[in-house]
Amino acid sequence: MDFEVVIGLEVHAQLLTQSKIFCGCPTRFGAPPNTQVCPVCLGMPGVLPVLNQKVVEYGIKLALATHCQIAPYSRFARKNYFYPDLPKGYQISQYELPLAEHGYVDIEVDGAQKRIGLTRIHMEEDAGKLIHDEQLPVSYVDLNRTGVPLLEIVSEPDLRTPEEAAAYLKVLRNILLYLEICDGNMEEGSLRCDANISLRPVGSTTLGVKTELKNMNSFRNVQRALEYEIRRQRSLLEAGEDIIQETRLWDANRGKTFSMRGKEEAHDYRYFPDPDLVPLVISPEWIEAVRATLPELPDAKKARFMSQYDLPDYDAGVLTAEKALADYFEDCVRSFPQAKKVSNWIMSELMRELKKEDQGIETCGVTPQDLARLLALVEEGAISGKIAKSVFMDMIATGQEPDAIVKAKGLSQISDAGSLEALAREILAANPKEVADYRAGKTKVMGFFVGEIMKKTKGQANPKLVNQLLGRLLQE
Amino acid sequence: MTSSWQHLTMHEVQSLLQKREISAVELTHGFLERIAALDGMLHCYLTVDAQGALAQAQEADKRLATGQATPLTGMPLAIKDVIATKGLRTTCASKYLENFIPPYDATVMQKLRQAGAVILGKVNMDEFAMGSSTENSAFGVTRNPWHLECIPGGSSGGSAAAVAADLCLAALGSDTGGSIRQPASHCGVVGLKPTYGRVSRFGLVAYASSLDQIGPLSKDVTDCALLLQAIAGHDPQDSTSAPLPVPNYSQALEKDVKGMQIGVPREYFQAGLDPEVEQAVQAALNHYEGLGAQLVEVSLPHTEYAVAVYYLIATAEASSNLARYDGVKYGWRDPNARELMEMYTASRSQGLGTEVRRRIMLGTYALSAGYHDAYYRKASQVRTLIRRDFDQVFQTCQVVATPVAPTAAFRLGEKTADPLTMYLSDIFTISANLAGIPGISLPCGLTSQGLPIGLQLLARPFDELTLLTAAYAFERTTAFHRLKPPVE
Amino acid sequence: MSLTPEVVTQIAQLARLRLSATEVETFTRQLNDVLVYVAKLNELDTTDVPPMTHVLDLTNAFRSDAVGAGLSPDEALANAPQQQRQAFVVPKII
Repeated sequence: MDFEVVIGLEVHAQLLTQSKIFCGCPTRFGAPPNTQVCPVCLGMPGVLPVLNQKVVEYGIKLALATHCQIAPYSRFARKNYFYPDLPKGYQISQYELPLAEHGYVDIEVDGAQKRIGLTRIHMEEDAGKLIHDEQLPVSYVDLNRTGVPLLEIVSEPDLRTPEEAAAYLKVLRNILLYLEICDGNMEEGSLRCDANISLRPVGSTTLGVKTELKNMNSFRNVQRALEYEIRRQRSLLEAGEDIIQETRLWDANRGKTFSMRGKEEAHDYRYFPDPDLVPLVISPEWIEAVRATLPELPDAKKARFMSQYDLPDYDAGVLTAEKALADYFEDCVRSFPQAKKVSNWIMSELMRELKKEDQGIETCGVTPQDLARLLALVEEGAISGKIAKSVFMDMIATGQEPDAIVKAKGLSQISDAGSLEALAREILAANPKEVADYRAGKTKVMGFFVGEIMKKTKGQANPKLVNQLLGRLLQE
Repeated sequence: MTSSWQHLTMHEVQSLLQKREISAVELTHGFLERIAALDGMLHCYLTVDAQGALAQAQEADKRLATGQATPLTGMPLAIKDVIATKGLRTTCASKYLENFIPPYDATVMQKLRQAGAVILGKVNMDEFAMGSSTENSAFGVTRNPWHLECIPGGSSGGSAAAVAADLCLAALGSDTGGSIRQPASHCGVVGLKPTYGRVSRFGLVAYASSLDQIGPLSKDVTDCALLLQAIAGHDPQDSTSAPLPVPNYSQALEKDVKGMQIGVPREYFQAGLDPEVEQAVQAALNHYEGLGAQLVEVSLPHTEYAVAVYYLIATAEASSNLARYDGVKYGWRDPNARELMEMYTASRSQGLGTEVRRRIMLGTYALSAGYHDAYYRKASQVRTLIRRDFDQVFQTCQVVATPVAPTAAFRLGEKTADPLTMYLSDIFTISANLAGIPGISLPCGLTSQGLPIGLQLLARPFDELTLLTAAYAFERTTAFHRLKPPVE
Repeated sequence: MSLTPEVVTQIAQLARLRLSATEVETFTRQLNDVLVYVAKLNELDTTDVPPMTHVLDLTNAFRSDAVGAGLSPDEALANAPQQQRQAFVVPKII
């Protein structure tokens, strides 16, 4: 039987606010344990939460960027469960009346566009962290992360392949980065993803029994975990067995998902409106005020790149798929206004090197100004395109400016017709047979002469000039 | 003679302090001595902070000497042990929090400290404010100063008994379903539950967050106004506190009740009301007529549902509010627990008392899958109806007058075996919490056994001014508030 | 609706309470008394009545996104039943 895969993602994005969602503690990652806590986020008896207005603003931003309807009236609810990283014994979240609903984002997989629905976006507080002792049967509770603001973004079950899921996650991350409301760092957990996945016979319209996958902390792992889970569910179904609705943990080392069954009871979160927080009323005026602060979003930027810089659709898509890359491109073009040449360099040389180093553009040692200068050197004829590539490798490796590298290595292109002519005459004199061949009509030997000159000049000879010179000398 | 000072009210002491006829330190010493002499018998205090109180008294004397005093400067007060006091043990009368020392002050404590009040210590209550008799304290009952075999009421029983027995000048309590007004009534003192949102809840250990309010217990209405003045007002740390200006409550004491419409809800004068209580309250109503007020018979038709609504909503909220007592961050942990689930269940079961666990059970059930709508949601809907009853009644009258409790203080142990009967004794006070309106209890008589009887007045939201006016008009023309319990 | 001892045990588990056999029995009886009593709410038709979750009509109570003073780790851990490595210690989570 042929199966159709149905995937929905729940993404948690930590917001880049200065302080936590309900108290004034800082939100920095990586601080020593329990140094960013106060009575409120510790859940001391008697404390009360007060909502950080910035969290709402960030929520509205994301809702607008993902075409959601923003609820004019929403509120917070308590999600009740016990866990040592949850100091109050409940998480303040949103339930019946979330911040925003009914949105979408567009993704592209293998050149095909697809629209993925967003069920809802809601605000909630993060939990703390548990560190398990390697030897003793104890765990350590660090509550620094408790109360860091989160937006939970729930997609419709519109995704059909692991590739689509990864593409969706990338688009969402990109929007968050464009909005500058989340740093998108999956390793540090500031962007987290859970997946609901089920299989059903092709043509069926009812959903199959789903499992919930957790603990996938990179794009690659999201894709791997989903691929594994599809294989697992498929083989069960083909063997006529039932899928159990459960939560499964992805183990990246073993490349498998594992059931959490037995380790958790059936959940009954007993949601009810949080009596400590008052309802949230978001006026059209507030929404418009936030809209006015929205930056240019990926789709708009792509369209502008195509019209303003005359870039092909493909280039504009690649460059705007990451805000930092788009910014890099535009910085570069400001200094070297031949957009297509810049685009080519970024997409080929730069992105290849970044990928090789598994690095982001943010940490790249080559500044856009340096890259622009390098292209200018080629344009001015100071170095050849080929030399430029080797200079670029040095720039990546050392972070030095292109002029400094060219100078230090003596890589300036030889455009002095006089010195090149002497060298050319020398080479012609040393290879009479080839000269005779050329004059007999075998013009292909021209390549041989050019190669010899390049060899002697370590590639620094201006190739255009070399061609002109040789042509003239061989005519003599 | 120093021993007579403790019988005075705050406003009486105020002039003595300002004239420097006594010092705050002397006054504080006097109370500490009286506590040492009498509290072994009454057991109002869970923690006496002699050192802190004397240091605060010294500071108060300096302020008094430099003319920087407020009406509360140098006044020795008792605080219900459900209000967080920085550096001073706050137990909520629970074994779970027996050794808990808050690293922060409740907003009302910050206000009292800024006003220069002297904090004598923390007083007894039903564990986590769950109860109507103070018998649910993990640290032993408080006795009613009027009759040592009777309960002082609850949950603010320690506050009420301490004020009645002159073990402080006034006290703070908290009221979720009558926990200030009922013990005030049983101990013959004045107790006021402010409008929900009038006083900050920040630092009030939550029982039922949508119902809890902090309020004063005092020897008379004037002191009540003074203390309310000091603690009322918007607090940015409490999202549910109202951003409204606070009126000058002493103005209330200058007005009278001539022409005031006082509603008398017929549902509060039915079967189950003790005849002596009914008589005393009826006499008080007649007295109001004598003062020129107009009595209007009104109806609050959903009164009979209030107890049911209350015990579903309050316990639902409590089941969540008390989830933080999990043995991880503070409080009791079973030292033998080796496994997570065991740590939770053992720590909570050992640390939390029977009534607290019973209410957590009820509230957990009321919110659980499949029952949420039938219980929690249904109760929240009926709560709307109860509020509408009051909105209706307050169209025609400014104040509603009722008994505080169906009977005077009952005997220790009389109702502990039957929770439902105990719950039903809250019938007259609960509605004010559900509707969020202010209510005051003031002494209006004694039973033949010599136990105090209280009159309850209720008013429109944020109209504590009218409440105090009506209360003061009664007090000024009667002597019940001057009656003293037979403890020495 | 009537509570069985089994349901009482389940609720206790959900609330992380441990009840003795006697307590299960007592609680079952007492909670049933209360549930029978509160069933009187069903006398009322509340079809179009909105539930009240707040008595006040307050909305939008915010704080600005500013960092305030917190507690030192020592203060944060001062009341902890067990602490080590500047953290609260709990039995290992399996």
